[in-house]
Amino acid sequence: MSSESFDLTREESDVGGFGDRLARYVFFSCALVTVLTTLAIIVVLVNGAIDFFAEVSLVEYFTSTEWDAINETSFGIWPLIWGTMLITVGSAVVALPVGTLTAIYLSEYADPRVRRTVKPILEILAGVPTIVYGFFALSFITPILQTLFPGTGTFNAAAGAIVVGIMIIPMVSSLSEDAMSSVPDSLRNAAYGLGATKFEVSTQVVLPASLSGVLAAYILAISRAIGETMAVTLAAGMLPQITTNPLAEIQTMTAYMVQVGTGDIAVGTVGYQSLFAVGLTLFVMTLSMNIFSEWVRARYREEYQ
Amino acid sequence: MTANGSQTVSTADSSGARSDAAMTDNAPLGSPRVDDAVIESRDLDVFYGDDQALHGINMDIPEHKVTALIGPSGCGKSTFLRSINRMNDLIDIARVDGDLYFHGKNIYDDDVDPVALRRKIGMVFQKPNPFPKSIFDNVAYGLRVQGKDDDVEEQVHTALERAAILDEVEDQLDSSGLDLSGGQQQRLCIARAIAPDPEVILMDEPASALDPVATSKIEDLVEELAEEYTVIIVTHNMQQAARISDKTAVFLTGGHLVEFDDTSKIFENPESDRVEDYITGKFG
Ligand SMILES: Nc1ncnc2c1ncn2[C@@H]1O[C@H](COP(=O)(O)OP(=O)(O)OP(=O)(O)O)[C@@H](O)[C@H]1O
Ligand SMILES: [Mg+2]
Repeated sequence: MSSESFDLTREESDVGGFGDRLARYVFFSCALVTVLTTLAIIVVLVNGAIDFFAEVSLVEYFTSTEWDAINETSFGIWPLIWGTMLITVGSAVVALPVGTLTAIYLSEYADPRVRRTVKPILEILAGVPTIVYGFFALSFITPILQTLFPGTGTFNAAAGAIVVGIMIIPMVSSLSEDAMSSVPDSLRNAAYGLGATKFEVSTQVVLPASLSGVLAAYILAISRAIGETMAVTLAAGMLPQITTNPLAEIQTMTAYMVQVGTGDIAVGTVGYQSLFAVGLTLFVMTLSMNIFSEWVRARYREEYQ
Repeated sequence: MTANGSQTVSTADSSGARSDAAMTDNAPLGSPRVDDAVIESRDLDVFYGDDQALHGINMDIPEHKVTALIGPSGCGKSTFLRSINRMNDLIDIARVDGDLYFHGKNIYDDDVDPVALRRKIGMVFQKPNPFPKSIFDNVAYGLRVQGKDDDVEEQVHTALERAAILDEVEDQLDSSGLDLSGGQQQRLCIARAIAPDPEVILMDEPASALDPVATSKIEDLVEELAEEYTVIIVTHNMQQAARISDKTAVFLTGGHLVEFDDTSKIFENPESDRVEDYITGKFG
């Protein structure tokens, strides 16, 4: 303040001055970089996909049940979607129950000291590179499956589903636990005061009250399973086929993209362009899941007092 | 039952084998021996970690009456209330010493199941805390967990009616309890607490967040409840305590019960000067 009297005009006071404006531009540029990158990815995917669909009909892409784009013989996406779904559903079967029970344990039963130790460990697990999980599947899960079910291949959907399930447990439990511990104690006290047991309080009060957050955690975790790449490429293999045998080799959309991206297919061929079509399909699927997750969270948000 | 009350006192039914650990030396002033005591506190100390929140509380709480707990903030009223239905068990650092008898049974004995105890001693909290469920399910919840849900529809209606809220919510039993106003929520919580028909109802400043109209509805309700239940109510409002209670316990800072007597006695002619000062607003 330069003068004795209060002066609120910009020229006189330096409140909200140059520094403040500079900060604003810096933050804005950073936000812009993110938005532009996303836009660039979409443009590249859509461009490549347009080239692909100039050669291959959309009808074939969505109706044929064979995929052999590398040899440019058949272009039906379903085997890859099927492979992705097998992994996704299988991993959800593993991760959602285990993750939810873990979250209930941490939020409602565990001693605060246990919670303070286990939560960071979960978050570290969530950060382990996925290729490590892939090797874990190959060297540990698959041999067990082979002992239990002779005839299990080196690459099989079950090992992929199990390992992806293990991978997303921390995400399910950590996000669900956040949702459960934000349920106010006043609701727990209300139920305890009515003579509810801890189990009843956890399952009938806390879980329903945190449902929007728990469902959002599920959807995010499932969307992560859909997009998961390295672990499934290593564990589940590279054979696109529609099979109900979980012990058979399959290929997911992501694994196919790895195969093309790292293979020696010539740029510009239909085989190479299929990468963009599959990429776009995957992008649309995971994006819809994420939007759905936001919608669930907003739609079912509980207004506690 | 009012301070200068003229209502009939329901006769006490025999309350089982009551403990005869009668008055001890550090009984609060007043504290006449009550023959129909349903809850007897004996040298009750409560600690939070190393801090002692209640010191040697001795109190005989009569059946089918309204007992008010008053005193300045932080003097341990809520703590005492929570030790009656063992809600303090849920606070990790809380520890209780001494005895508290309910129908002559020490509720801090090892063989007492706090869940079973809380089914007999219901509670209404200071802030209305309906579940994010429908109005109906809110009231039905206690009935369901306690397995008393043979005729839920009727029991829910009766409870809402007794809590003087049925008229206002009758056509919206399926809408969320959270959509009600604060005063309605609190009456919903009272309906929820009385639905499973407990013997004792603990109320922790049930009207503190409410406007005068809602407050007076709750006060009427409390007086009515006392015909069938034993009510123990914490309040910061002296007039309220004087209006609705039969007995008043005055806690003062540090967690001491200074005086416990008939409400008329406490407000007209207290034994202790500190109680008189507190009641007349000279301190606290
Ligand atoms: N959960 C808790 N953990 C630790 N200390 C607590 C806890 N609850 C209460 N206390 C302490 O115990 C003492 C008594 O608290 P209590 O809530 O029983 O007082 P009160 O008479 O109900 O006050 P108010 O009128 O403000 O509600 C206070 O010193 C308070 O800080
Ligand atoms: Mg209190």
